[in-house]
Amino acid sequence: MDTNTILIGLAGVLAAAAPVLFAVLGETITERAGIINLSMNGSILLSAMGGFAIAQLTGSLMLGFLGGMLIGALVALIVAFSSITLHQSQVAVGFVLALAGRDLSYFLGVPYMNSSGPVLQGLPIPFLKDIPVLGVLLFRQNLITYISYILIFLVWLWIFRTRPGLMLRGIGERPAAAYVRGANVNLMRYVYTIIGGAFIGLAGPAFTLNVKAGWMGTQTGLDGIGWIALSITIFGGWNPIRAAFGAYLFSFLQWLGLVLQSQLPGVPTQVLQVAPFPLMILTLLLVNISDAEWVARILATLPEGARRFTIKLLRTLRASPPASLGVPFESE
Amino acid sequence: MDVELRDIDKTFGAVHANVGINLKVPAGTIQGLLGENGAGKSTLMKILSGFIRADAGEILLDGHPVIIHSPADAIQHGVGMLHQDPLDIPPMRVIDNFILGRKGGLTIGHAAAERDYKRLAEEFSFSIDPDSYVDALTVGERQQLEILRLIWLGAKALIFDEPTTGISAAQKVKLFTALRLLASQGKTILFVSHKLEDVEGLCSRVAVLRQGILVGEAKQPYTTKNLVEMMFGKEISVGARDPCAGDGKTNLSLRDLSVEDYRLKVQNVSLEVCCGEVIGLAGMEGSGQGLFLRSVAGLVRTVGGHIFLNDTDLTGHSYHAFKRLGAAFLPAARLEEGLATGMSLTEHIVLAEEAHGFFIDWDKGRELTRKRIADFNIHGTPASPVESLSGGNQQRALLALLREPLSLLLLEHPTRGLDIESTIYIWSKLKDRCREGTCILFISSDLEEILQYSDRVLVFFSGKVTKPLESKSLSIEKLGELIGGKGWPESTSGKSK
Repeated sequence: MDTNTILIGLAGVLAAAAPVLFAVLGETITERAGIINLSMNGSILLSAMGGFAIAQLTGSLMLGFLGGMLIGALVALIVAFSSITLHQSQVAVGFVLALAGRDLSYFLGVPYMNSSGPVLQGLPIPFLKDIPVLGVLLFRQNLITYISYILIFLVWLWIFRTRPGLMLRGIGERPAAAYVRGANVNLMRYVYTIIGGAFIGLAGPAFTLNVKAGWMGTQTGLDGIGWIALSITIFGGWNPIRAAFGAYLFSFLQWLGLVLQSQLPGVPTQVLQVAPFPLMILTLLLVNISDAEWVARILATLPEGARRFTIKLLRTLRASPPASLGVPFESE
Repeated sequence: MDVELRDIDKTFGAVHANVGINLKVPAGTIQGLLGENGAGKSTLMKILSGFIRADAGEILLDGHPVIIHSPADAIQHGVGMLHQDPLDIPPMRVIDNFILGRKGGLTIGHAAAERDYKRLAEEFSFSIDPDSYVDALTVGERQQLEILRLIWLGAKALIFDEPTTGISAAQKVKLFTALRLLASQGKTILFVSHKLEDVEGLCSRVAVLRQGILVGEAKQPYTTKNLVEMMFGKEISVGARDPCAGDGKTNLSLRDLSVEDYRLKVQNVSLEVCCGEVIGLAGMEGSGQGLFLRSVAGLVRTVGGHIFLNDTDLTGHSYHAFKRLGAAFLPAARLEEGLATGMSLTEHIVLAEEAHGFFIDWDKGRELTRKRIADFNIHGTPASPVESLSGGNQQRALLALLREPLSLLLLEHPTRGLDIESTIYIWSKLKDRCREGTCILFISSDLEEILQYSDRVLVFFSGKVTKPLESKSLSIEKLGELIGGKGWPESTSGKSK
């Protein structure tokens, strides 16, 4: 393989990661507020089918994407209403929605199966596209892929560099403390769950109108993506940039699997297909290694400078969930 | 700011928590609010700070009636509250906690906030690094952060709910200095406590609540007898110190015990404890006493030395081995570590009893529970979930769960957060155990408790441990100095052989 083929392949990795990325960013926002949106898998399939159908009927890609976001937001609204207002279990409701959404999408999607619809066209950015290496990699993509890069930084900026983002973290960690600091905890939980849901809903059309255009029912190849996004959210430690890294890593490993398959015919394809998952589990273990007592013991023996550095490093690596994740809040 | 409460009334179900309370606090005063657990102090302060709405009555600030809808609204009016368990966000940095809740633009504005933070911290002589994480701070430091934050938000009246619980003696001194400074600046301080000593030492005026009623007010100088009478309706005497009830037989023997975690090393502690003896472990929070106590329970692995219980070497064994030989450990965090939230008293009692057979005889369990409830004077029913009990009753429930007989009882802060009546009751039960031959090791930050109930005392200071000291030969002043790191002979350092 020559360099250019690899570069184009990697550019494909970035583009193919967009749906997972949207879902992961949406879930990250939602969980930062303390709500688990477990419906993702169903929500993505439903928005993938819905977005494709709308784009095909109206001939407008824009409406297709917006429709997908609306569907994601509506599913999220059900999660929010049942957990925040009705105090039902987020896990139970989310799980049922995940199953229902999937079956509903297969059922409602029958008329649109295997029909051709609009596809998002490439949009190379003038000048930037001619930068060696980076040009091919980053700037000869299409609009939705560019949006996916930008969203990573916007979400990160919002969570870690703005006042409302600081409050969002507070709401997820300790809602009572956020409440005494003036936050309308339950309203904000609604808002972030719905916005997160819209992001998740963007994942569907990003797939059916871009990555692998068209709706092919159970053959769409999208089932399971929601569960993967859920684990990447955890892997990402509720940090958009780390989560993005996880999404790209996952997409890269999948691509590698395809490439290696042709290079190593002796290895069963299943091995390469499932390889990303144990790798993710291993990384998760490494990330939380600082919780182990023996690590603390080793740390204590290090000289002061090295110890400080290592503690800081481990602290940055660590990923603990928002403390009130899944816990309802009452102001009294 | 002048704070006035008029005819405040609040009921929760069948409980009349506040009965027509009137209280006037002029600006610049440190007003004490005394009362035992459940007297209605917290309810009253939650009404003032916007957590709950009164059924009737009004709040006047500087003479103007106000309606406070929420804690954030209270701050707008200049009323801030520090909770017993500081309401901050532990995984965040100090400076982020400081900023959070302050109105401002879209950006956080760390630089400006940090300047203000440092200026305020200097004013109050607090020294907490704004970049450190709150979960690494002590409760005392978290309180200091909350004070700075509320002042920055413009609080003119500050409510402190049991602020001296769980903080070290040095931090208490710092807190009191800060409170006096605040009062001298014209701020109104409401100091809620059930600790007479603290209230007498700090407050210029005191109001006493009992069963939801404001039973009386007093001004400095106070007579303790009078305050106690108001609190309890009768005077309670704190009994004289009991001498060692032991028969001289050695029960627990520690030889050159060393234990460490990543912060602290406690080295070469040797101690012989006889049956019925009580050993108090004193020291600032985190000086090594907690680690030491847990190692004697088999909960933390020792790195050197031996532990003998009834002449059996238990070094390196787990808590279960200790338990089989009659040791028991009662943690300070009652609900988190000691009891199983969501389970009833009966379920606890059945779980704690020796198991017979596969199926549970609930009738027998309930009967046993009723007996224990009566024995230990627990205010609750066999079906009460443990979290519905008050702190004192939870502690009694924990004692009721202990098996008979015990040879060693290890307690962390056995009476923390309890009122005098409960404290005396708990200790009378513990003393009963001593008479049966149980030896007790307990941690407390209450010096009077240490001196009153221990036969001998070990003082901890950043991992160093004194030789066992006869409590008869100690005074509060002497103990306080040792805890603060003064008067340590070089040789008592754990490091010497």
